[in-house]
Amino acid sequence: MVNPDIQGRVYPETAPYLVGREKVREFARAVQSESPLHFDPAAARAAGFSDVIAPPTFAVTVQESTLAQLLADDEAGVDFSRVVHGDQRFSYSRPIVAGDELTATLTITAVKQLRGHSMVTASSEIVDESGAHVVTAISTLVVRGEDAA
Amino acid sequence: MSQAAVFDQLVVGEVVAERELLLTRDSLVRYAGASGDFNPIHYRDDFAQSVGLPGVLAHGMLTMGVAGSVATEWLGAAGWVQDFQSRFTRPVPVDAQAGAAITVTATVGALDSEARTARIDLKVVFDGSTVLGKAQLVAAFA
Repeated sequence: MVNPDIQGRVYPETAPYLVGREKVREFARAVQSESPLHFDPAAARAAGFSDVIAPPTFAVTVQESTLAQLLADDEAGVDFSRVVHGDQRFSYSRPIVAGDELTATLTITAVKQLRGHSMVTASSEIVDESGAHVVTAISTLVVRGEDAA
Repeated sequence: MSQAAVFDQLVVGEVVAERELLLTRDSLVRYAGASGDFNPIHYRDDFAQSVGLPGVLAHGMLTMGVAGSVATEWLGAAGWVQDFQSRFTRPVPVDAQAGAAITVTATVGALDSEARTARIDLKVVFDGSTVLGKAQLVAAFA
């Protein structure tokens, strides 16, 4: 069972993640997008962005290092082999653009027990190099209980 | 191809994009590399079965990602995605040979003419069942 006392815990800011143009293209191909805004800097500039923009679920790659902090926290008691992704949300102030250097801060906003499972809500606030908010990525992780069906 | 999105022409309930996509084992490996999610349930049948699954499953985030792509291709340069959420309600098993064919339908769910935002509801169907819950994307128009 996940330790309910981690509700409210804030983890240290992650090391900066530099968003590469080729990484954005690789991710866009992986999610089968053909929008030129992910591939062609000229098209992105014409749309008002400084470089190619990332698909909206790209933030998961930056968020990942924050979830790793949660899994590595012995006090939290999250058994990764029992984790199922329950839901996901991204709330953006602006799209992620190639060249962004992003850091993320994880807060555990809720820990609930339901029918033998633990539901952990993890909110990662992602900011750019100036400290301005870019996106908040919120995951609910369902940690299956040992005795639950 | 659908027409480019124009905010003032959107109507609630209108289907703005629809696409059939094939997720193959190739797609899963490619997504694992692009996203950094190397959970073996997404590429190893023996491992997936050892934890009680029928076989290799698509990443929920891949399914959400391809659904989002259907919406962003329709949106083009007319706007950008302010919010995107989904629940992962049903797994998508990906057959080693046949893959998994999914259909994505994007419908205008709500409009806010003051904020110039459109909520796009995404329905993702695999094998006759919806696999994402409350998959909604909010597009902000210029």
